[in-house]
Order: sequence, then C-alpha cells, then structure tokens
Amino acid sequence: MSGIERVKSISASYPGAAASSTWRGLAMGRTGGDLAIAVLLGLGALATLLFGEAYWLLGSQVAITMIFALSVDLLVGFAGIVTLGHAVFFGLGAYTVGIASAHLGWTEPLSGLLLAGVVAALLGAVTGVLVLRTRGLGQLMLTMAFASLVYEIANRAKPVTGGADGLQGMVIAPILGLFEFDIFGLTAFLYTLAVLVAVVGLAVLMTRSPYGRSLVGIRENRVRMQAIGTNVQHRLLSIYVMSAALAGIAGALLAQTSQFVGLNVLHFSLSGEILIIVALGGAGRLWGALLGALVFTLFKDRLSALDPAYWYFWLGLLLAVIVLFAPKGLIGLVDRLLSILHRKESL
Amino acid sequence: MTAAILETHALHKSFGALTVAQNINFSLEPGTFEALIGPNGAGKSTFVNLLTGLIPPTSGSVILDGQDVTALSIESRVKRGMVRTFQINTLFNSLTVAENVILALDEHHGQGWRPLPSPSRRRIIREEAYEILGRLGLDAWGNREVKELPYGRQRLVEIAIALALRPKVLLLDEPAAGIPSTETGTIIEVLESLASDLAVLIIEHDMDLVFRFAQRITVLVQGAVLARGTPDEIANNDTVKAVYLGEGIHA
Repeated sequence: MSGIERVKSISASYPGAAASSTWRGLAMGRTGGDLAIAVLLGLGALATLLFGEAYWLLGSQVAITMIFALSVDLLVGFAGIVTLGHAVFFGLGAYTVGIASAHLGWTEPLSGLLLAGVVAALLGAVTGVLVLRTRGLGQLMLTMAFASLVYEIANRAKPVTGGADGLQGMVIAPILGLFEFDIFGLTAFLYTLAVLVAVVGLAVLMTRSPYGRSLVGIRENRVRMQAIGTNVQHRLLSIYVMSAALAGIAGALLAQTSQFVGLNVLHFSLSGEILIIVALGGAGRLWGALLGALVFTLFKDRLSALDPAYWYFWLGLLLAVIVLFAPKGLIGLVDRLLSILHRKESL
Repeated sequence: MTAAILETHALHKSFGALTVAQNINFSLEPGTFEALIGPNGAGKSTFVNLLTGLIPPTSGSVILDGQDVTALSIESRVKRGMVRTFQINTLFNSLTVAENVILALDEHHGQGWRPLPSPSRRRIIREEAYEILGRLGLDAWGNREVKELPYGRQRLVEIAIALALRPKVLLLDEPAAGIPSTETGTIIEVLESLASDLAVLIIEHDMDLVFRFAQRITVLVQGAVLARGTPDEIANNDTVKAVYLGEGIHA
C-alpha cells in the first residue's frame, strides 16, 4: 500500500532532485574541490612536461611523494589507522629494487615495482596483524617501533645495504626495453606520472566502492560495523597490506629514478613528513593528500634552496597557519573558495 | 509449536565471585514479540551481550536457528541472522542516513569486499535503502548527515540499519530510550509493522510499551530468570509484583 507508493515517489523524485542541483552540489559539496584539484594537477603536470624541462626531476619527486601520501591517506584518512612508521614500507620498497639490482642483477623496472610492492605487502601483513591489535597511542608506538627496527637492521647490514653510505651500483634497465632513464629526467617524470595516474585511478574507484565505504564505516563507528556483520580486523588488515604495497611501490620508484638508496628512506622523519603532508592537504579525501604532497615538496625544494639551514622554520610556520586557519587542510580551503565563488555568482 | 529460533541452555556468566547471569534457559519462537524486563542491574544488558557474543559465557550455550553459535564471533552471529540495536545511538554520524543503511545492505549482500564501484548496482541498493527508510518515515532525510537529525529520528536510523540486515532475530535495546514519551509514536508504529516471521526481543523500561506489544515477558532479577509468561501472567505474578513494588505494573 502506502509503502510501495512512497518508494515509487522517492525513486521518481530522487534523480530529478539530484540533477537540478548538480551545479550546487559540485560547488558546495566535496566533489567540486576534488575536481578543481584534479584539473589543477593535470594542467600542472602537462605544463611541466611541455615547458618545464628544469623541473622534470622535481616533478618525479612530487609524483612519488603523491603515491606515498596516497598510501598513508587510505590508512589514516579513510580507515582511521594511525601510523608513524610508514617509511618502513617506502624504504623497504626502495631497498628491494636496489638490492635486487645491485646484488642480483634484477634491473627490469616494472617487475621491480611489482616485487617491491609484494615484499612491502608481506611486511605489512606480518606487522599489520600486531599493529591492528592496538589502537591510538599504542598503535602509533608499534608502527614507530617496527620502523626503527628495520632502520637499524638496514644500518647494520652494511654488506647488503651499504649501511650509512647508501646502496651503490644500482642499474635500471630501460622501461619496456625502450625508454632509457635520461639525464634530464624526462623518462623518470613520465614513468612516475604514469604510475601515479594508475594508482590515483584505482584509489578513486576503490574509495567509491562498497569496500572503500566500509573502511569509512569502520573509522566512523567500529562497534556498529561489527554489529552489521563485518569482520573489522580482516578489513583493516587488508587495507594495511594494500597501503604497505603502495608505499613500497613509491619507494621503489624513488630508487629506480635516482638509482641510489640511502638510509633516509627508512628514517623516522620521513614517516613524520608524510603524515604532515596528509594533514596539510586534508585527510580522507585523496585529492587533499595529492595537493599536500605537491605543496610540501615544492615548498621544501624552494625553501631549502633559499635557506638551507632554517627551512624547517618556514615549514613549521606554514603548518601552524594551515592547522589554525584551515583545520580541514588545503582541500578544505579549496572547498571554501569554491563555495564563496558560487555564492557570488548566484547573487 | 514451532521450533525456537533462538535458545540458551544454562547460560552462565560470572566474574570471580560475582555472577551476572545464572544458568539462563531461554527460548524465542519466530513471529513472537518478547520483552525482557527487570530492575536496573538485573543483567539484561549482560544477557544481550552474551547472546550477541560481545562477552563469552562461563558455561552454557547459545543456539541460533538450530546451530550452536556460542563460540562464534559477533559478526558471524549477525551473518546468521541475529541483529541488535543499541540503547545509545551507535551510528555513522558523518555519513548520510541513506549511506548508513547502504553500509548495512552492502554487508548483508556480501558486497563489503567489492573493491570497485558499480553505478547500476548502486542504484538498486539506493532504492532498497529508500524502501527501508520509507517504512520508517525517514525517506525525506535520506540525504542528510545523521548528526543533523533530531535524536528521535536518529533512534529510527538505529532500527533502519538493523532491518537492512533482514534479521531472523532482532534484539532491540531500549529503542525508545532518550525520546520524550510524546514522540514514541513512530517507534511504536514501526514495532507494530515488523514482519510476522521475525522474532523480536525487546529490552524496555517503559512498561506501557512492554505490556502493549509483548506477547511474552521474561523477568530477569539478579542475573536469573524470575518469571516468564504472557503479560497477564506476569502482571498477576506475586513475586514479580514484589520486585516491582511501587513501579506500577498494570495489565
């Protein structure tokens, strides 16, 4: 009776209502901010490619940082898992392709990426089981502890890793046997950009899937997720492993494009920086993390050139301003800007 | 007599010397609306937590639809049809009302692991969600974030999520808690409309509600079943009267 009529009237009115307010939805909602950043980043990449020869190397660094930031955002922003040790997966990925190349002659880049992803995922599976038993501060401590352990192992295993001197003697074969890594960094830029586009594409799809929404559900209310029949622990472990693999791939890209691996890829400060990047850009939005990675890397590059000793001061200042005046990060600012523009237009 | 959908056999829980559930034997038939009442601290919540698997029993067993689920996790019991609501709203506050229900529908349909979106499936799920919201008069609120809703409406979202899981056994933990009695109307209508093959166990302090709907009542006192029976039997039970003296039980 009335129930069925009600449903009919809803399904009839719903799409229409959505269509009439599409622009409003874009401007006011979060999709607008995402879209604006996507366009901005796309144009930026294109401009760099065409006119920014001097920035190709920096560009590949940005792309790598973006992939790393994305891996952390999936974990922290979506699933609500905290980590201060994610550099362990980034570093492991870098050392995996580095050691495979320098010691085993595995120089093929694409299979190297895959290998790095798998190795990082394995470490993610082992440590994830333990890390996910704890929450909050305990979780933070455990992720830091595992990262410190691996850092120290890499430091001591000098014959394999090169220790504090770094891993020398890496060779990376041309991509697909065709594109050699050149001195201007064009191949590196295009290569990291291609991987970034693939990763972002998959991540966007995933966050719109039932699986992605279930992660948000766990972040929002773990107890209820369990009460609707979700094995929360399994779900969290799966994203932990996936995030570890992504971070590993980012690290592998860095090793491949710079043909060198130093201990800093495993260092605690990198784990901290990547968390700062996600907070700076705005957690839980993917595009926020990407924007954060861009701004942070450019800032770091510019500031450390201008003021090599004290650039951290300026970075600290920037962060303080963002946290105080834009608690939702840079992407929150973009959202606000769009809604102001929209309001002006409709006046 | 129909076979019980939910049974407990000598379900017992003690923390050291403190016993919170004493060899509770209980059964619930499909299509029945049963109330669990008892003074504060009688062990009603403990009993529900033993049923759902939140706390493990010291001894005894929980049988759901003929299967011993005593050793199963919370989520496996949900998957087998035992669903609960919460006394204090336990919702996904920054998601919309529709998304709250969709999360439950996705899990119920076993889609929670699906890593890629499907627009056509999404449309079907949305319709299904709005059908449930329509039954609760929440359809107009579908696109609103849960935290924007008045508390009474949020109580209905609690029930909407539970219904999305197509339960065989529904455990309602004080569904009207926190709502002024003038606004319990919708909740009551909803409870009345629940499908006839569903078994409902409701924990409720509001005796009007209990005696209005319950076909059977179980009285729990100090972790033990004091009495079970029809509302009439319970209302005329002298021991129950003694326990509830002054609380105004009426038939």
